[in-house]
Amino acid sequence: MKLAVQDLNSYYGPAHILFDIALEVGEGEVVALLGRNGAGKSTTFRSIVGLVAQRTGRIEFEGRDVSARPTHEIVRGGLGYVPEERRIFTDLTVEENLEVGRQPKRPNAPHWTREKLFALFPNLSEMRNRPGGRMSGGEQQMLTIARTLMGNPSLVLLDEPSEGLSPKIVEQMVDAILTMKKEGVSIVVSEQNLHFARLISDRAYIIERGRICFGGTMAELDARPDIRDAHLSL
Amino acid sequence: MAFYVVQFLTGLASAASLFLVASGLSIIFGVTRIVNFAHGAFYMIGAYIAFTLTDRFSGAFGFWGGIVVAAFAVALIGVLVEMVLLRRIYHVPELFQLLATFGLTLMVQDLVVLIWGPDDLVGRRAPGFKGAVDFFGQAIPSYDLFLIVLGPVVLGILWLLFQRTRWGVLVRAATQDRDMVAALGVNQKWLFTSVFAVGVFLAALGGALQIPRDAVHHAMDLRIIVEVFVVVVIGGLGSIVGAFVAAVLVSELNAFGILIFPKISIILVFLVMAVVLIVRPWGLFGKPEAAARRTPGLTVNPWRPLTQNERLGALAALIVAAALPLFAGNYALTVGSEIAIFVIFAVSLHFLMSVGGLASFGHAAYFGLGAYGIAFLAKMAGLPMIVCLLLGPLLGLMGAAVFGFFAVQLSGVYFAMLTLAFAQIVWSIAFQWVSVTGGDNGILGLWPEKWAASPSHFYWLALGVAALVTCGLRIAVFSPFGYALRATRDSLLRSEAVGINAKRMQWTAFVIAGTTAGIGGALFAYLKGSVFPDNLGISLSVDALVMVLLGGVETVSGAVIGAIVYKALNIWLVSQTDLSKLVLGAFIMLIVVVFPKGIVGTLEMLLQRRKPLAPPGPTILAKPIESAE
Ligand SMILES: Nc1ncnc2c1ncn2[C@@H]1O[C@H](COP(=O)(O)OP(=O)(O)OP(=O)(O)O)[C@@H](O)[C@H]1O
Ligand SMILES: [Mg+2]
Repeated sequence: MKLAVQDLNSYYGPAHILFDIALEVGEGEVVALLGRNGAGKSTTFRSIVGLVAQRTGRIEFEGRDVSARPTHEIVRGGLGYVPEERRIFTDLTVEENLEVGRQPKRPNAPHWTREKLFALFPNLSEMRNRPGGRMSGGEQQMLTIARTLMGNPSLVLLDEPSEGLSPKIVEQMVDAILTMKKEGVSIVVSEQNLHFARLISDRAYIIERGRICFGGTMAELDARPDIRDAHLSL
Repeated sequence: MAFYVVQFLTGLASAASLFLVASGLSIIFGVTRIVNFAHGAFYMIGAYIAFTLTDRFSGAFGFWGGIVVAAFAVALIGVLVEMVLLRRIYHVPELFQLLATFGLTLMVQDLVVLIWGPDDLVGRRAPGFKGAVDFFGQAIPSYDLFLIVLGPVVLGILWLLFQRTRWGVLVRAATQDRDMVAALGVNQKWLFTSVFAVGVFLAALGGALQIPRDAVHHAMDLRIIVEVFVVVVIGGLGSIVGAFVAAVLVSELNAFGILIFPKISIILVFLVMAVVLIVRPWGLFGKPEAAARRTPGLTVNPWRPLTQNERLGALAALIVAAALPLFAGNYALTVGSEIAIFVIFAVSLHFLMSVGGLASFGHAAYFGLGAYGIAFLAKMAGLPMIVCLLLGPLLGLMGAAVFGFFAVQLSGVYFAMLTLAFAQIVWSIAFQWVSVTGGDNGILGLWPEKWAASPSHFYWLALGVAALVTCGLRIAVFSPFGYALRATRDSLLRSEAVGINAKRMQWTAFVIAGTTAGIGGALFAYLKGSVFPDNLGISLSVDALVMVLLGGVETVSGAVIGAIVYKALNIWLVSQTDLSKLVLGAFIMLIVVVFPKGIVGTLEMLLQRRKPLAPPGPTILAKPIESAE
């Protein structure tokens, strides 16, 4: 098992947001975390990488409990995180943004170089010296993913990668994610868009109001239109 | 003509050290968001250690080696300070950070005197740069030429460091979004420590390089820090190029200001700063800051009306206080008067902080102006005491009106730095304009008239005014103006949307607070029988802040209790030890780190222990995360 989350509860101040979340991701798998606005997808990801201060539960990454580790250690262990808000360093150039993400090679994960990433996202290779602040939303989205891959993660949490992108860019994004998978990166991707999720995922969880209410393969999800209609807005 | 060129070059040479110190402050602020008040202290230690080393080891190697080693040694001290003190206060409001680092400055001032003695130390001349270069009959010290070259060289090195190294890229990234940097696997702790070390290194180098030009003394920290604040306000916090340009600008203004206004040269710097603030509030090279971080007074609303019991309690306390002359001696009454006066002072600052959300670091300016107002009216115009008491504080009002107008254009640390710089400007005027203010000798012989002359009468006067002022400010708080002001404090944008002119509100609050402080200062002048520049000095401004914090910013009675406890403690301490700054500095750091809620706040918290904790069961508390915005 690549990642195993058990009994995860998270709070923002007095507000209880996540209730007993349980997730599993196998080696090389792409798993979708589906849910509506405010369901708790981002909070789940932020909790896993230690960016939510108040949380309880067990988070096992490659067999080790990382729930008490600080964010940078979790990430250095090979668990990459791509935030929903992208959070590009707007004053830094594309190459400098990549540099911030750079980490040493890891034995159990694919090794990414600048050139490999520019091949994966050709748009970026044409703007190596452009400041991040002067890029379109789609280009920024590619840059955040590339930046995280520079850390040579063995698993990546991708928070709504298709949000606000044009259909053409979404297509490129699907290709990129499939390439990542082929290279051997395990991926958890949060989505509201079921069509997008279906193109890339092996399995899916549905989260609603902070609780996991479904887990299974894409085929199993398709066999339950009732669940799909109740918890996802299409 | 040659004279002006030489004057210009002297200005450029002075800019070098100023730039080093200011760029260090800017770099540290960029990443850690801490305005390091202790930066002047590091500059001073750098100078002292360099003095000792260059004195001990002879030759060119001894000199230049001594300067570099001194800078590294101080950087090491900086690392220690970062790990022991700053790591505990990265998440607290910026006011507390300024105070804690100010506490450190106080401690260093006493330590330096303990180690190196109180006298000025004249350092060695730089080997190889001892002579002067002749320029059309005017002599330019060759060391000045060295410094003129050094400034741009350091700027270039810093540029390379930030543009061409991985460390520089990480620092620039963290300046923008430090949580994202952590989420990419970078250890922030290490990054913060290294940034702090570099900043402190620059400050210490700036100090060490000054020794061939200036005597080393134990007040050089405050002088440089105020100039540095002016530089970063003009240049823009966080910008190294801005620090360079503004350092040159300020140094040139000083160099030529002496020629234009020999007595009050600082006026010129002030005028330029005022223009910059109006045109570009975030400095020439700065970037508009996102909304300022939480200011104390935001989480709890201290301005609830008193309950019936609390009112009776306050009245009873007042009656007990008024009965003091029945059993206390003259000394106790004088101390009592002083405490009452400081209650006025603290209450006025508390008003500004908790209602206006504005933490002034130069509130003593208005206190001192009130005192000088009395001195002018009584000594020069010979007016009766009652008239003086009524009119004297108007000088505080005028000062607050002028400076407040500029200060409220800013918020957060900028506001704090600006108010501090203003206060220091007023102090310099009082200090330099000897013909009017008496300079360092002050103005003496201001005794109250007969009706208020006896200690008990004066005590009753001070107590009565303190009670009136406290009530008056509370009435203001519950007036429509007070509500509008609190709305402004809680959400600037929203209050403007409902038609409140936020800046005008804050300005009014500033003027009210300044005038009230002036009332305190007026009484203080009569109590002491004299006024001195110290009455508007930085340490008095910080005293006021500590009183408010000690009592608790977020409480109703905090300022009053804080003033009483602090002033009593202070008077006692000064009578007990020569190292009062050392003790006081440690005390300030202790409050910030351990009791940020102050006396009253801590008591209230202890009383409310029954409150249930939010997350049930065992909680994993990762380090607190600041929101990225
Ligand atoms: N910083 C915060 N403080 C308090 N509550 C928050 C905070 N961030 C999110 N929430 C709340 O937590 C819940 C879950 O939010 P979360 O961002 O995880 O949802 P999401 O599934 O990612 O939604 P979206 O699709 O809109 O991104 C929401 O009800 C939200 O209002
Ligand atoms: Mg989300």
